[in-house]
Amino acid sequence: MADATALVGASQAVDDDQVPDATETLDEQARAEVWSRVQQARSVKRPHTLEILAAMATDVVELHGDRLFGDDPAIVGGFCRIEGRAVVFVGHQKGAEVEQNVARNFGMPHAEGYRKAMRLFRLAERLGLPVVTFVDTPGAYPGAASEERGVAEAIARSIQVMSGLRTPIVSVITGEGGSGGALAICVGDVVLALENAIYSVITPEGCASILWRTPDKARQAAVAMRLTALEQQQLGVIDGVIAEPRQGADAEPEETAVRLREAIVAQLAQLSAWDVDELLAQRYQRYRRMGAFVETTPISTPRPERHGITDRLRDLLGSSRGVLIGESGPLRPKAADDVDEPPLREDL
Amino acid sequence: MRSVVLLMPIKLPFRSRTRSYPPDLWTKCPGCQEMLYEKQLEKNLRVCPDCGHHFRLRVDARLAQLVDDGTFGERDAGLESVDQLGFVDQKPYPERLAAARAATGIRDAAIWGTGTMGQHRVAIVVMDFAFMGGSMGSVVGEKVTRAAEAALAERIPLIAVSSSGGARMQEGTLALMQLAKTCAALGRLSDAGIPYLSVMTDPTTGGVFASFAALGDVNLAEPGALIGFAGARVSAGTIAETLPDGFQRAEFLAAHGFVDLVVPRAELRDTMAGLLSYLAPRPMARSIEGNGSGDGLLTRPLAGALAPRPREVVHG
Repeated sequence: MADATALVGASQAVDDDQVPDATETLDEQARAEVWSRVQQARSVKRPHTLEILAAMATDVVELHGDRLFGDDPAIVGGFCRIEGRAVVFVGHQKGAEVEQNVARNFGMPHAEGYRKAMRLFRLAERLGLPVVTFVDTPGAYPGAASEERGVAEAIARSIQVMSGLRTPIVSVITGEGGSGGALAICVGDVVLALENAIYSVITPEGCASILWRTPDKARQAAVAMRLTALEQQQLGVIDGVIAEPRQGADAEPEETAVRLREAIVAQLAQLSAWDVDELLAQRYQRYRRMGAFVETTPISTPRPERHGITDRLRDLLGSSRGVLIGESGPLRPKAADDVDEPPLREDL
Repeated sequence: MRSVVLLMPIKLPFRSRTRSYPPDLWTKCPGCQEMLYEKQLEKNLRVCPDCGHHFRLRVDARLAQLVDDGTFGERDAGLESVDQLGFVDQKPYPERLAAARAATGIRDAAIWGTGTMGQHRVAIVVMDFAFMGGSMGSVVGEKVTRAAEAALAERIPLIAVSSSGGARMQEGTLALMQLAKTCAALGRLSDAGIPYLSVMTDPTTGGVFASFAALGDVNLAEPGALIGFAGARVSAGTIAETLPDGFQRAEFLAAHGFVDLVVPRAELRDTMAGLLSYLAPRPMARSIEGNGSGDGLLTRPLAGALAPRPREVVHG
C-alpha cells in the first residue's frame, strides 16, 4: 500500500539527514503523516473525475475540444445531472492504469485543456447552469509544446474567466492541487477539498530542489508549505474539508462519491439562491482578501546609501587592506543588480 | 565579512560596512563576454553597446526611465509580508525577507504608484528581481491589485513591468492565491474598458507570467528576456524533451503570438507612450452596464477611492 511505503520512505529519509538544519527539530511523526497524505493524494487508485461522476451523477455527456487546437485528454468536461440538477462539470483526469495514465498525460494539461475548460465555462454561463470543477493535477504540463501554445496565458485567462463568470461555481480538490495548473479551474464561490487532498504553490519536490537544493527534502517542504486540506482550511484558502471514508478514497470510491455529492449539492442549493451580481462581488472578495501582510507607516524605507566622504575613506582603507590580505572577493559584496545569472526556477 | 571587519586598521563608528564598497567599475557582459565600463553601461540604460544584452534594471532605474521626472508618487509603500505559514527552509522566511530588504533597500519585490508618461497619467507597477527573485507573495499581489483598482477608480491606464521568477514558495498557497486576486482585478479593469499594458522583462516566469503579465491588452517584452511558464531545466530534465532554439525568449514568445512587440530598452518609453495614445480611455467613456463588475468601485466618489487606506492586517 502507498501508506506503508510512504512511512518506510519517510523514516529512511530521516536517517539520511546528516546535515542539521533548522527543520531538524520538527516532529518526525508529523512529517511522515503529511507525506502519507501526499502519497494518498497522488495514489493512482484514487477515484478521478470521470469515476467520481459515474458514481455520483447521471446522464454524463462529455464534450471535447477547445475549438482552437485540439482536445486535451488531461482535462474532461461536459454536462451531467447531480441529484437531478443539470450542471457543467470540468475536471482534471488521470488514468488508473499506467497506459491510461500516459494517455491522460498524468493529469497534466496543455494550453488546449484550459481553453476547453474556458469554452465550457462560458457555455455554462450562457445556459445559466452552475459549474462544478474537480481538481487533481500535479500541475500544468511543462513541456516545449505546452509553452509554444501558451499554457501560462491559458491559465491566466481561465482564472480571469472564472472570477467573472456569471453563474455559481463549486470547486472540489479531490487529489493533487498542484499550483497554477490546479488554480486555473479552481476559482470558485466555494472551494472544498477531500480530506487527503493537497493544495500547494509548487510540488514538494520542486520546492525542495529550489530552497533546499535537493529534491530529497520533499518531506520537509511538504510540511513547511502546509499543503494538507485541513491546514489549507485553517489558512482560509479552502472553505471546507470533506471527510473520506475510514479506508480512504482509494479503497472506498463509492462512499467517497456519496459524500462528495452531498457536499456539492448542499453548496449548489445555497449558491443558486444568490443574486448573480452579489455572487460575483462575494467571489471577488473571497480572493481579494487572501494574503498575509501588514501596512506599516513608510517613514523609514531604507534607500541605498550615498557615498559620502567617510564612506569613500572607509572604502579606500578597506579595499586596500582587502587586496593586501588577498580577500578582494568577499570584500566586495555584489551589488544586487550585478547578478545577471539565470533566475531561480520558481515555476509557479 | 566578520573576519574582514576584525582586520580593519581603523574602525570608524559610522554606518554598517557591508554596503560601503563601490560597485565594480567593470562588468562582464553575459551576452558577448566583453568587459563593459559601468558608467558607460549606465549611460546606455544598462544595455550592452556591443551585443545588445539587456541587463536587469533595479526598480528606481526602471521608473526613472519610464515615468516623467518628478511625477512618480509611490503608493502603499508600507506594505510588508507576514510569515503566515511559519515557513522555514534553510533559513526562516522572516530572515530571508530582512536580508532582501537590507540588500535592496525596498520592502518587497514590487513598487507601485502613479505618474505621467508624456501626456498620460498612469498607474504603474514595477517589479525588482533583486528582491528574492522578484517572487510574488502577498505584497506583490496586493500591490498589483491595488494598482488595478486605482486605475479603475481613476480611469487611467495600468502598466505592469514584470521581472519575476514566479510565486513566492515561502507563502505557500497564499502566494498562489495572488494569481487569482490579480487576474480578477484585471478582469474588472478590462470590463470597464480601462487599458492595461504589460511589459515583460528578464525574467518573467512561473506564476507572474501565468497571471497578470500574460493578460495585457498589449504585451511588450524586452529583447532576449526569458519568458516562460516552467523552467527550461524542468522541461529538459523531467520531461526529457529537446528544446527549440531561443526557447522561452522574448522573440520566441512573439513568434508564437503571446507578445505583440519586442522593444529595445532605448525605445521602450516612446513605444509605450505611443501605444497609450491609442489605448488611453476617453475621459468621459462610460463602462458597459451590467458587465459583471458589480463592484461599487465605479460609483464610489473619486476622492474616497484615492484616500489613504486605514492600517489593517489582512490574514488569508
